[in-house]
Amino acid sequence: MDLSFVFLVEVLYAVATLVVISAGLAVVFGMMKVINLAHGEFMMMGGYATITAVNLGVNVFVAMLVIAPLVVGLIGLVVERLVIRHLYGRLVDTMLATWGLSLFFVGMATMIFGNTTTGISTPIPGFAVGDYQINGYNFFIIVVAVALLVLLFAVLRGTRAGLIARGAMQRSDMAAALGYSPDRIYMATFFCGSALSGLAGAIVAPLVGLVPTSGINYIAKSFITVVAGGPSLIAGLVSSATSFGVVNQVFAFAVSPIMGDVALLVTAVILLRLMPQGITSRFFKGKL
Amino acid sequence: MQTPVSKDILTTLVVSAILIWLAPYVIGTYTLTVLIIYGMLGLSLGLIWGFGGILCFGQGAFFGLGAYTYAIAAINFGESTLPMVLAVLVPATFALLLGAMMFYGRLTDVYLGVITLVVTLILFKFINSTAGPQYVIGKARLGGYNGIPGFQTLNVPGNPDAYIWGDAYYYFCAVALVIVFLLVTFLLRSSFGRIAVGIRENEVRIALMGYDVAARKTVLFGIGAAIAGLAGALFANWGEIVTPTLFNMPQSAEIIIWCIVGGLGTRLGPILGAAGLAYMKFLLGQQSTIDNTLITGLILVLFVLFLPKGVVPAFSGLWKISFGRRGFGKMHDTRRKRRARHG
Repeated sequence: MDLSFVFLVEVLYAVATLVVISAGLAVVFGMMKVINLAHGEFMMMGGYATITAVNLGVNVFVAMLVIAPLVVGLIGLVVERLVIRHLYGRLVDTMLATWGLSLFFVGMATMIFGNTTTGISTPIPGFAVGDYQINGYNFFIIVVAVALLVLLFAVLRGTRAGLIARGAMQRSDMAAALGYSPDRIYMATFFCGSALSGLAGAIVAPLVGLVPTSGINYIAKSFITVVAGGPSLIAGLVSSATSFGVVNQVFAFAVSPIMGDVALLVTAVILLRLMPQGITSRFFKGKL
Repeated sequence: MQTPVSKDILTTLVVSAILIWLAPYVIGTYTLTVLIIYGMLGLSLGLIWGFGGILCFGQGAFFGLGAYTYAIAAINFGESTLPMVLAVLVPATFALLLGAMMFYGRLTDVYLGVITLVVTLILFKFINSTAGPQYVIGKARLGGYNGIPGFQTLNVPGNPDAYIWGDAYYYFCAVALVIVFLLVTFLLRSSFGRIAVGIRENEVRIALMGYDVAARKTVLFGIGAAIAGLAGALFANWGEIVTPTLFNMPQSAEIIIWCIVGGLGTRLGPILGAAGLAYMKFLLGQQSTIDNTLITGLILVLFVLFLPKGVVPAFSGLWKISFGRRGFGKMHDTRRKRRARHG
């Protein structure tokens, strides 16, 4: 009984982690068809922003939920203006340029923070379920993931800004004809995507030792989650994060954590072979 | 429009002979050897990406697979001739299977990138986790994170005690690169190569003309992997150790950067890009004011933004404008190379 509860929490936690680390990438890819391979480094910078702020005496939750997204969002804004806006519509070129950016940021972080591991402790204590110990922070991540999805849905569905963004996503020329500048919309979208990446980095920062090359651990997983999810933003994110999270935890539990990761990757290959345009190209068509 | 085959071969041989002879006076042969190996690795991606339009994010996987195959086989056989052959065949077979799975499934650009990236990661994770004594192939322990040291390095065929190393190994690698370069030249001039370029330009049209696009892409992918595998085996011999970092993502990233900087759709570009950037990295590694990765990243961004055709096409274009005979061939040529990038 206790074991199954722990297992359930672990599965939910794995799914939530995938949602959190992929959300920023999904917004940018889903809205703008730009794959940001520097996403992992945006997360890394979010982590560093949090740790630096905490070391300066800021409350850890303020640092994670406010400072990190703002800092990374602003960095994203600069990146968009300098590099990405010249490459819209050229998918492969944006991938390469953002890959270059990712290396650039790794180098930058190495020069500023040094090639050493830094970290902060988890702000929420663990508790016991029967014979097992559960990390309280896991629940925090699950809550954040749900809140994030609800917020995304609410903004895209309920607000005027979301409506404009969705319109520009479908027909940018029509949005332009109605008087909205696609350039501005893309800029704002990229800011939001970067801020989400920064938030994700900040939230996972207490769980890992942060080094300048940390980003590489996330980019592949989030990249796979987003591409396997397919064209719909939220439905794709949830469906692919759920399938990967469940597979990952089942194999990690049954065999070993390494096999869990390998099983996730193998599932991704099979999924893409069966549904080359992603899950939401076949199921949940036309959903948000 | 094309120069005759014999003239092309003669130029290649003369120029490479002069370069092989002169280069050791400028750079030490130990460094030169690895630059040549990287050149070959660059050429392998340059072939499938620049001419076949297949953007592979995991060319490093075939490189690493070649190196590991060589190391494992060399420990088991105690000599180097058969392992060298295996190091070409194993990655090629692997690529044929992977390619068949991808191309018959009609996967393109981003999705192709994801799959190749994922496969590289699987290999990396798997090899990294094989530290225990239960992971043994024949006599060779896989060694996990520590890699495999102490295998038989290259020897004269049939005589395991006559090692080829130092300067001799440099000449061996250089000649190997020239041979691979000539083979690639032949391949691209054959009907197979011309159809591969046709597939890059317009896949649907070639399919409608009755060619089996999936089969041709798979074979080209396999050839690229074979070259990468050979480069891997040569690298294993040069470094005398193989480690999981060969499968690493930065390794695969670097190959892509070499191709972009050197120039896609050319044979020479990826080789020069690889050797040039690797040498620059080597020089930058000797100072510590500016981080190496930062420079690499900056170069990639700047090239994508300002010189997306790469160095070699830009310079040959400049050369043609300045010294070439005026004619319609020039315009046609640059347009073809520009299109190469959106395969």
